[in-house]
Amino acid sequence: MTQEAPVIHLDAVSRTFGDEIRPALDGVSLAVQPGEFAAVLGASGSGKTTLLRLINRLIEPDTGTVSVESADIRTLDPVMLRRRIGYVFQGIGLFPHMTVAENIAITPKLIGWDAARRAARVDEMLDLVQLAPASYRDRFPHELSGGERQRVGVARALAARPRIVLMDEPFGALDGPTRDALGRDYRRLHDELALTTIMITHDALEAVLLADRIVVLQTGRVVADGSPRDLLASDRDPYVRDLMQTPRRQAERLQDLVDRQAAR
Amino acid sequence: MTSDPRIADALARLPDYLSNHVLVSLVALAIGIAVSLPLALMSTRWRTLRTLLLAVTSVVQTIPALALLALIYPLLLGVSALCERWLGIGFSALGFAPAVLALALYSMLPVLRNTITGLASIDPAVHEAARGVGMTGRQSLFMVELPLALPVIMAGIRTAAVWVIGTATLSTPIGQTSLGNYVFSGLQTQNWVFVLFGCVAAAVLAIAVDQFLALVESGARRRSRTRLAAGGIALVLVALGALVPALSQPRGTIIVGSKPFGEQYVLAALIQQRLEAAGLPASRRDGLGSSVILAALAAGEIDVYVDYTGTIWANAMHRTASAASDKVLDEVTTWLEQEYGIRTLGRLGFENAYALALPRQKAEALGIASMDDLARHAPRLSIAGDYEFFARPEWAALREAYGLAFRNERQMQPELMYAAVAAGDVDVISAYTSDGRIAEHDLVVVADPKHAIPPYDAILLVAPRRATDRALGDALRPLVDAIDVRLMREANVRATVGAGASPDAAARWLWEQIRGLPARQTQARDPVRMAKDHR
Repeated sequence: MTQEAPVIHLDAVSRTFGDEIRPALDGVSLAVQPGEFAAVLGASGSGKTTLLRLINRLIEPDTGTVSVESADIRTLDPVMLRRRIGYVFQGIGLFPHMTVAENIAITPKLIGWDAARRAARVDEMLDLVQLAPASYRDRFPHELSGGERQRVGVARALAARPRIVLMDEPFGALDGPTRDALGRDYRRLHDELALTTIMITHDALEAVLLADRIVVLQTGRVVADGSPRDLLASDRDPYVRDLMQTPRRQAERLQDLVDRQAAR
Repeated sequence: MTSDPRIADALARLPDYLSNHVLVSLVALAIGIAVSLPLALMSTRWRTLRTLLLAVTSVVQTIPALALLALIYPLLLGVSALCERWLGIGFSALGFAPAVLALALYSMLPVLRNTITGLASIDPAVHEAARGVGMTGRQSLFMVELPLALPVIMAGIRTAAVWVIGTATLSTPIGQTSLGNYVFSGLQTQNWVFVLFGCVAAAVLAIAVDQFLALVESGARRRSRTRLAAGGIALVLVALGALVPALSQPRGTIIVGSKPFGEQYVLAALIQQRLEAAGLPASRRDGLGSSVILAALAAGEIDVYVDYTGTIWANAMHRTASAASDKVLDEVTTWLEQEYGIRTLGRLGFENAYALALPRQKAEALGIASMDDLARHAPRLSIAGDYEFFARPEWAALREAYGLAFRNERQMQPELMYAAVAAGDVDVISAYTSDGRIAEHDLVVVADPKHAIPPYDAILLVAPRRATDRALGDALRPLVDAIDVRLMREANVRATVGAGASPDAAARWLWEQIRGLPARQTQARDPVRMAKDHR
């Protein structure tokens, strides 16, 4: 896998906002391989959303370069770039005045698909995210539950057949069971469609359960980068150790319960 | 319940007034929106433009509507003259153009402000999502921002519509027929049915248009084609309904003008009745400001009206010294002919001069008979005049000639002056010599032995393009030298006092007197004049 060219490559990227003294992102380098599911884990203010927004040029770096599929994105039209990258927004992000079908079909429409092709794609995407097309197509976002809305958000991100998906705390606002179901469903799609995904999260358990790789950000710097197994085992960095404590303790507690059940 | 003839009269005028009102309002609103929306969109990018626009439109909003309408007229007159000189094409500076321009300016603030606010209040997350899915700035604006801001923008448009329809009633004095004609003529002739009718009609129109716009808005928001279509069709019908009477006016219609006071309405009605009796289609443009009416005649925007020699002598010719009646008439006739090509058909036979009047009792108690007597008492007396009086050259001439200096000067609605002086609220008023209320309130007119105030013979004036129109001349000639001051005073009373009083009824009565018909005859007629009328 390492010999392939990375799909997304950040090289010593820094960005400071306005007149703030501390950079939001400070010399971050990151190479994401094709098919990889990378979680960027960090507290609020760690720079993780900034990192995501740099990749599709919603913001520009002060220094350093960002490449997508081996092209320096400064040489690409930002609008065209965004149309080939799926983006799942934090919170809702759906257009409130558009139906579910119109929301899903938006990027295909922008890139010029005809109406018949878009309609077929909408139904296909609704099936994929496990919402019955006939009953969801014509609803408006305010008529959906939080979980349904985020399923539509995922469907919209994938509608124009992107190879790369960026997700900004996609499941953060959902209740536990919904979040778990949606996470697993997305992971299945990631594998089936051979996507490359970067997911922002502040939830270590979510990162551990879904991602192939976890990048930990603290105050704009990468403090750890490895597989979930490596990070759970690592106790080199105190911040990472604290961060991983929660999933580890949860796992131990569950294991304990399972063992007792077996012993009975 | 017997129906008031004034209601029937009001209803008969409704198609004309309403259609003109709708037309001027909708055109103004359309222009206002067409200008404001792009400006508002541009100003979302440029903050300085936004500040400037909101400041300018707010200032426009603070100008009283009546003053704004009045200011636009001379402005357009200048522009029209320039166009005529440079391009060879002039346009009418009276009526439609200034009204539309002023109302369009008026409609801009709510549309601008609401569009700017509506766009600014969109959730930044939605903006971000629009960019994130790959929209260009333009696509984001048209596919996301404008649809989301639509309810707020429409609220602005609805506010503008209500303002414009309400304010359009004030376009009457600059020559645009509107529902304001009811209000202005109603106020002048104390026809409260008219005043009320005009207010209610304007309010109903405003509410109706507002509701149709609401229907369009909810149709757009809920994506209901039926609502959208219903609202849209209703608005189109209103517009078409307005166009039919406004455009169906027969070509060659003779337009009769009048100034905004009772006697003028009676005379305009009389002229219209005479023209129609002669088979000439005629329509009215009532309540024109006395400063615009002569220019309107010269420009052919109206065809005929009654003015007074002294008004033209002092205001248009800027003559200060007074002169004998015949001399003034000769000079005015010549001047109008040479300056504008306006034809003077002749004197009507009465004078409506400015005069100072006070209650007979007070005059006798103080021993005031002439201006010299009045001048001695003036420092202890107050005077009320109409809105023009104290700015007119006659007032300056009177003060100059007799050294008049009153304790204080007040401006008043002419209708209220007579009652005020009779009640003692003021001591002296500027009265009109043909006004029936001089007798009604037992006032005396103060003699002007030095002839400081010029003669005010009523004269029939005809626009240059109609100057050689024989049919018109023949139809109106019976009015020349046919109305003496007593007759005019009584007609003026009949226009306002009593059941069924109206300028039209007074005009019919006046014609009966002129023809010498016995109906309700109150005075012996000059046999010579009667013989002439019966030709």
